[in-house]
Amino acid sequence: MATHAGGLTAAPPRTVRVERLVRGFGDRTVLHGLDLEIADGEFVALLGRSGSGKSTLLRALAGLDRDVAGSGTVLVPENSSVVFQDARLLPWQRVLPNVVLGLRGPDADARGRAALAEVGLAGRERAWPNELSGGEQQRVALARSLVTEPELLLADEPFGALDALTRIRMHGLLRELCARHRPAVLLVTHDVDEAIALADRVLLIDGGRIAVDQSIELPAPRSHRQPAFLGYRESLLEALGVQEAGR
Amino acid sequence: MSVLTPAKPETRPGMPEPARRRRRLGPGRPIPFGAAIGPLLLLALWTVGSATGWIDSRTLSAPWTVVTTAGDLIADGRLQDNLAVSARRAALGLVIGTVIGVVLAVVSGLSRWGEAVVDGPVQIKRGIPALALVPLLILWLGIGEQMKVTTITLGVLVPVYIHTHNGLRGIDSRYVELGESLRLRPSVFLRRIVLPGALPGFLLGMRFAVVAAWLALVVVEQINSTSGIGYMMDLAREYGQTDVIIVGLVLYGILGLLSDGAVRLVQRRALSWRRTLAD
Ligand SMILES: Nc1ncnc2c1ncn2[C@@H]1O[C@H](COP(=O)(O)OP(=O)(O)OP(=O)(O)O)[C@@H](O)[C@H]1O
Ligand SMILES: [Mg+2]
Repeated sequence: MATHAGGLTAAPPRTVRVERLVRGFGDRTVLHGLDLEIADGEFVALLGRSGSGKSTLLRALAGLDRDVAGSGTVLVPENSSVVFQDARLLPWQRVLPNVVLGLRGPDADARGRAALAEVGLAGRERAWPNELSGGEQQRVALARSLVTEPELLLADEPFGALDALTRIRMHGLLRELCARHRPAVLLVTHDVDEAIALADRVLLIDGGRIAVDQSIELPAPRSHRQPAFLGYRESLLEALGVQEAGR
Repeated sequence: MSVLTPAKPETRPGMPEPARRRRRLGPGRPIPFGAAIGPLLLLALWTVGSATGWIDSRTLSAPWTVVTTAGDLIADGRLQDNLAVSARRAALGLVIGTVIGVVLAVVSGLSRWGEAVVDGPVQIKRGIPALALVPLLILWLGIGEQMKVTTITLGVLVPVYIHTHNGLRGIDSRYVELGESLRLRPSVFLRRIVLPGALPGFLLGMRFAVVAAWLALVVVEQINSTSGIGYMMDLAREYGQTDVIIVGLVLYGILGLLSDGAVRLVQRRALSWRRTLAD
């Protein structure tokens, strides 16, 4: 990951710009004037306690919150795509039609096949979604999101429902895919390790604003054994208000 | 992992084969030709009753009389001709009613205004039996084919509308959100998400609709008709021919059963992606 948005570089091109974003449900305000910028091709992880408004922010960026009260500026590329926590495949369509659902043009099927091959599911084009394992379904969802070559990928705990081993595999896959396609990424997660392992920058949302904005400078391959990894981890956990046992 | 145990064979002798295991909840495995068992039982009861004289032949002709009568009717061509006329009416009404029902369901399912305009009248029609509408339809359309097909159409469109509309409204909002996030065009959204999502409801509606078509047929053919199975039966009533009436009834029964079976077949094919309690 070479394009770190360091603090001193002169305004790099921005994929996402959010200013003074306010969102609330009823008389409860969840986001209080939140500001956020994501540079081209930057991988940002978003941490926060449960109920802190991570999904609310992501849905605002995805334009899925038209019925939610609020104000503020949200500038996102037209071509962005969403990965949901559940794979959200249409059960009445086979895998390939699911992948190319948002595509147009005569080469749609070919692009869909290529995307499936990229996530390691070549040959499963004609399977039904409910014949796939949870991890495979989530890989199909990833293929569906990347096949449109988005400039921005929005993912809300995409690996939340997967077991630990599958998760680690998916981290590798996601890193690889993002290195190849270079979309800007906003990944919502509960998992501090996941955030540090994947992201160029980790944000922590608290009190309706971005409370921590931490660039992650770690040589690849990142591992839990790097001392700097542990340092980031400790400070982020502290910011989240978690006391680690045995420390 | 330091100790590797050799892989055990999946099935050991004496163990039940995995495929044979039965689900503990749910109705169990399908019975071959299960759908035929009930009707056959009824037929056996009828045969035994007639043979023992327990059923009076003036009340209900014996099965063999009905068979010979049917043979006679086929021999002089009356059965085929009347059946063809009836089938044509039912099919026409079914097709037109289905198309109108689906279009109304989509219009009222996808737009609030559509629902406000369409839903009420259909619900009102639902409360009025076909028989009650016939006098008015005769005044408007005469006693020809137009009136008959219209009556059948009205009977068909109600169940198609109700179940399709219900299926459509029941589509998981998460799929709607997916469509929005992929910025699908309305036509693609309709074709790939709305219609397949409403398909189970639609097919259930079709099962009611085919029966409704035959029912409406009975009604219109016994009023001022000069052809069709209903007419044949009405004529037989005037001459006191119980056996002909029974032939007509059996025919209606078989037609109803066959058409329902056809819809169920389509249902199984079209919904093969679904895993349900019955599978
Ligand atoms: N549709 C809704 N109607 C009412 N309140 C809502 C709605 N969606 C979210 N909220 C409220 O907004 C707050 C933030 O929700 P949000 O889903 O953004 O949290 P989150 O950070 O994603 O939490 P989690 O990590 O548990 O997913 C919560 O208190 C929630 O109760
Ligand atoms: Mg959430």
